[in-house]
Amino acid sequence: MSLSAVAGPARVAGGLFAFMLDVVVALFRRPFQMREFILQAWFIIRVTIVPTALVAIPFGAVIALQVGGLIKQFGAQSFTGSAAVLAVIREAGPIATALLIAGAAGSAIAADFGSRKIREELDAMMVLGIDPIQRLVVPRVLACMLIALLLNSLVSLVGVAGGYVFNVILQDGTPGAYVSSFTALAQLPDIYQGMVKAVVFGFLAAIVASYKGMNAKGGPKGVGDAVNEAVVITFTLLFVVNFVISALYLQLVPPKGL
Amino acid sequence: MGVEVKVEGLTKKFGSQMIWNDVTLSLPAGEISVMLGPSGTGKSVFLKTLIGLLKPDKGHVWIEGTDIANCSEKELYEVRKLFGVLFQDGAMFGSMDLYDNVAFPLREHTKKSESEIRQVVMDKMELVGLTGAENKLPGEISGGMRKRAGLARALVLDPEILLIDEPDSGLDPVRTAYINQLFIDLNAQIDATFLIVTHDINTARTVPDNIGLLYHKHLAMFGPREMLLSSTEPVVAQFLNAQRVGPIGMSEEKDADELASESGIEMPPLPPIPMQLDPSDGRPRRAQREPGEWCRENGITPPPGSFEDTAAVPTGGGA
Repeated sequence: MSLSAVAGPARVAGGLFAFMLDVVVALFRRPFQMREFILQAWFIIRVTIVPTALVAIPFGAVIALQVGGLIKQFGAQSFTGSAAVLAVIREAGPIATALLIAGAAGSAIAADFGSRKIREELDAMMVLGIDPIQRLVVPRVLACMLIALLLNSLVSLVGVAGGYVFNVILQDGTPGAYVSSFTALAQLPDIYQGMVKAVVFGFLAAIVASYKGMNAKGGPKGVGDAVNEAVVITFTLLFVVNFVISALYLQLVPPKGL
Repeated sequence: MGVEVKVEGLTKKFGSQMIWNDVTLSLPAGEISVMLGPSGTGKSVFLKTLIGLLKPDKGHVWIEGTDIANCSEKELYEVRKLFGVLFQDGAMFGSMDLYDNVAFPLREHTKKSESEIRQVVMDKMELVGLTGAENKLPGEISGGMRKRAGLARALVLDPEILLIDEPDSGLDPVRTAYINQLFIDLNAQIDATFLIVTHDINTARTVPDNIGLLYHKHLAMFGPREMLLSSTEPVVAQFLNAQRVGPIGMSEEKDADELASESGIEMPPLPPIPMQLDPSDGRPRRAQREPGEWCRENGITPPPGSFEDTAAVPTGGGA
């Protein structure tokens, strides 16, 4: 393999990492941009909340269908609720959140920064003595983390409810068994790890989108490329990180005994 | 009073491509300088290096004892408060209206009350002739207005150094004349050091105290206006008089064959040196020199017809 084939991606990864450290340092620098934070949080909610709800219902339903069918063959219908809760809260919630945060919020952030970059707005801001990382990136990163956390609860809630509807109405499950088996396998740390995942995903999505947007070059086409790359990199990164967190979690937290 | 900018041995490369090499000059405090050069010679890159947006590969930029090319991020943000920069398209923040754009640096850097801010902003808006357009968004106004709004924003913090990137690109000749006059008047008022990057020769001939010419990856010449306008150095004479005859070709440099076929051709005589623009209130600027002073001091006879009010500005051709 030639050197440039390795050097190119390595440079992107290095730049991204350096940018992440800059953002982390700027997180603690005052004054905090409260107004920008609230505006961005509101903006991210606006672009993600409806798609999230719409994605969550079929997510919960699919899990209910799959698990319901399997579990019937084992003759353990009374645990359908438990399996659905585990699947939604541990995996589906954070994954659906990741998709929405990266696809809707991340692409919007990358496009915004990209157009600011090519219009020289970011340069103008630096020249006016204002650090765009502190002024623009930090509020977006925090907003993304907060909204990811909230979206995660929304997905979990809607997903479990969707599973309930499908199990009870379409698969003739008993409502009581579905609800009462919730706690049979699932435990409180499942929710915590779902929340941790969501926050980490929000952080990464905002960092990658900001980095790609702020380094857009070559006119309007560069902005399009930046958005495209930001979404692809975020997706890849989030699925890998999701796997790592899940693996760690399963090793660290003992499963609940029956 | 403006601040001197000293540039020493500045070199910039993008990858292996040399942009310019070993540029050394100093922008005298309080004077207007123009940086000229054919398209693609890195004039804007030079300007961005002066303000620390791009790091040079070698060299220093000294401003009040701070080396912008090699200082810490913190020092850089401190030194930048001395600067006002007008970007090519104004670089207005698209999400704010003009008023908020111009007020932005004041709100971020000063503890002024909203009513004081209002006064400063209205003052600057009037200066650039934008009264009444405060509530427009940058997307709703013409390029010329965006430029003037950008100038108003660059002025609100009373800069000591004003960097201006292509003030005339996309402006009609009348508006260009107005904006050139505005620079002269501003310089008379605030005594800041001006650097204008342009390739408009009319601007270069009538506005500045000093001219620099970037060509073929180096600084071909930098000095007082009259020195360059009376220079017979082929590159300088060709560019400042917009002629086809000379070393600059359609592509960056002419190839050897073309140059050889031209070698017998004499450069056309230099046109007269025009008068420098005066401030519109008639009082001379602090940095202003007598017309012809430099030529007399250096024993150079200016081209016939120089320093007469009727000296026309050449508009290309000549070959």
